[in-house]
Formats: sequence, structure tokens, C-alpha cells
Amino acid sequence: MKVIVNISLKEGVLDPEGQAIKSSLSNLGFENLNDVRTGKQIILNFVNLEENEAILEAKKMCEDLLVNSVIEKYKINILRN
Amino acid sequence: MRSGVTIFPGSNCDRDIIVALKNITGKTPIKMWHKDTEFPNLDLIVIPGGFSFGDYLRCGALAARSPVIKNIKNHISRGGAVLGICNGFQILIEAGILPGSLIRNKKLLFTCRDTMLEIQDTIISPFLSGLKKEHHLNIPVAHNEGNFFASETLLNELKNDGRIAFRYIKEVNNDTDYNPNGSSNDIAGILSKNGRVLGMMPHPERAINNLHGGTDGLKFLTKSFEQIIG
Repeated sequence: MKVIVNISLKEGVLDPEGQAIKSSLSNLGFENLNDVRTGKQIILNFVNLEENEAILEAKKMCEDLLVNSVIEKYKINILRN
Repeated sequence: MRSGVTIFPGSNCDRDIIVALKNITGKTPIKMWHKDTEFPNLDLIVIPGGFSFGDYLRCGALAARSPVIKNIKNHISRGGAVLGICNGFQILIEAGILPGSLIRNKKLLFTCRDTMLEIQDTIISPFLSGLKKEHHLNIPVAHNEGNFFASETLLNELKNDGRIAFRYIKEVNNDTDYNPNGSSNDIAGILSKNGRVLGMMPHPERAINNLHGGTDGLKFLTKSFEQIIG
């Protein structure tokens, strides 16, 4: 059972990496951008857990370690092949 | 003064602060390996700079969940003093001991240079009460994530409660680059509610000898240690 956690910065938190990427994209001629925001993805490979149990476990992991709730938000999804 | 210095995989300023503690207090601090949990009672614990756990996940995030942190929290609840420098400041925040967040430097660059610090009006703190406010401190920074970020509510609370310890200030009037990381309100260091925990991005242990280019770090540490013993 694989669970994907997508972590991104909350609105209003400066994302200098996103700004740098936007500026570089603009140099390449991609002008139709308001904003670029970056984030990270963590894939959790669980053993012996049902979907709902895995999601609950992932949520607890986010709260205890994976996410800094002062600046970040997250989304949890089941990875289906 | 009985002191200890925590060591995580990737700490790299531990030896510098151990030298500073030994030179100033005459006593060698104990080394506190991150997996250990049994330590004698101490007056001061220093969490040194470095790249604990390779800065994986977020700076300080993994170190803040190490076994030694429980001992640091017990030490704080006994009224013990804690100084977190650079990565140590990041660890204190990740452990929930100090509030806010330290995010990427505004210009996305690792910044290593001198900064001028203004001592703020604070609550009573052993780290600051021996210092004269009008004397600024020239202490270097070296970091990639030192941009202090917090909600407006928290920033006001820190200011009103006298918990902002240091701010970066201009050395000359036209200096527009005095804040090395873009931190909110030019904050360089903050205190806990009881004033006995200080987190700061600048490295005082890198300014304790004229060969370092200055000794303001020595002045700050010497005054702090005097107050902690007293």
C-alpha cells in the first residue's frame, strides 16, 4: 500500500525557489505565469494496512514530523498502479 | 558552570563552542550525543551549528525528534539555560521550544559574512542582562535557512513580550543589504517566555579571537556565562 504525501508552502509564505524558477522560465520565454510554487513529495510504502488505516497513519506522520504546520500544508493520496 | 554541548550527525560547530566554553569558564563541557538520554544536571546546554542529519526533510527537523531532546526539555523545565546557535536555533524551533519558522534566505544564497547586531529591550535573560544595549555586536552568520518567518500575531507578541533578542542593523546609513536573509523585522535571535532559552542565527563562537576578525562573540558569551552562573 503506497501513500503519497504532497507538501507545499502555505499561501503567503515566501517561496524564493519558486520565484527563481519563475524568473528562469520567463527568460526561456514562458510568460504566462502569475506565480510558481514549489513543494516536495514523500511516498510511504506501508505493509499490512488497509487504505483508511494507511491514510490515518500518514496523517499522524505529517503532524508529528513530515510537515511544519507553521509554513506548510499537505495532501495525502493513495497511489494506485 | 556545568555545561553540555549536543552533538548530532552533521553538527560541525561543536568543537568551536567547546573551545569557547573551556576558554571562558575553565571547565570542559560534556558532550551530549543525540542518542544518549542520561546526563548530569547542567546549568547550560548549547545546541551548536552545523547540518544535523544533512538538513534532510527540513533543517533541524530530524534532530528535533532525537532522544537527547527529551533531556533538553527536562533541563528547560528545571529552569536550565539553553543556547541554540544557527542549526541549533533551527532545532529549537522544530522541537517546538521556540516559536516561528526559519525558511530559505530571501536571495536563495548561502550567506557567510559579518553582521551587526542591535541588542533589544527584553525580558530578564541571562544571555542579555550583562550587555549594554548601546554596544552593538559584530558577529558572523553562515546559513542558508535563517529567514525568520512568523505570523503578524506572533511577531507582535514577540515584540510586546520583549522576546526579540537581536536585530540586524545597518552599519552605515546607505547599507541596504544589512539583513543577510530577509528575516521578518530583521530578527536575528529570539528568547523563550522565561528568557532562559535563546536561539540565534549568528555564530558567537566564530568571533572569540582577534584572528577571527573580532571578539564580540567572546564578549557576548563571557557576559552570558557570568549571568548563568550568578
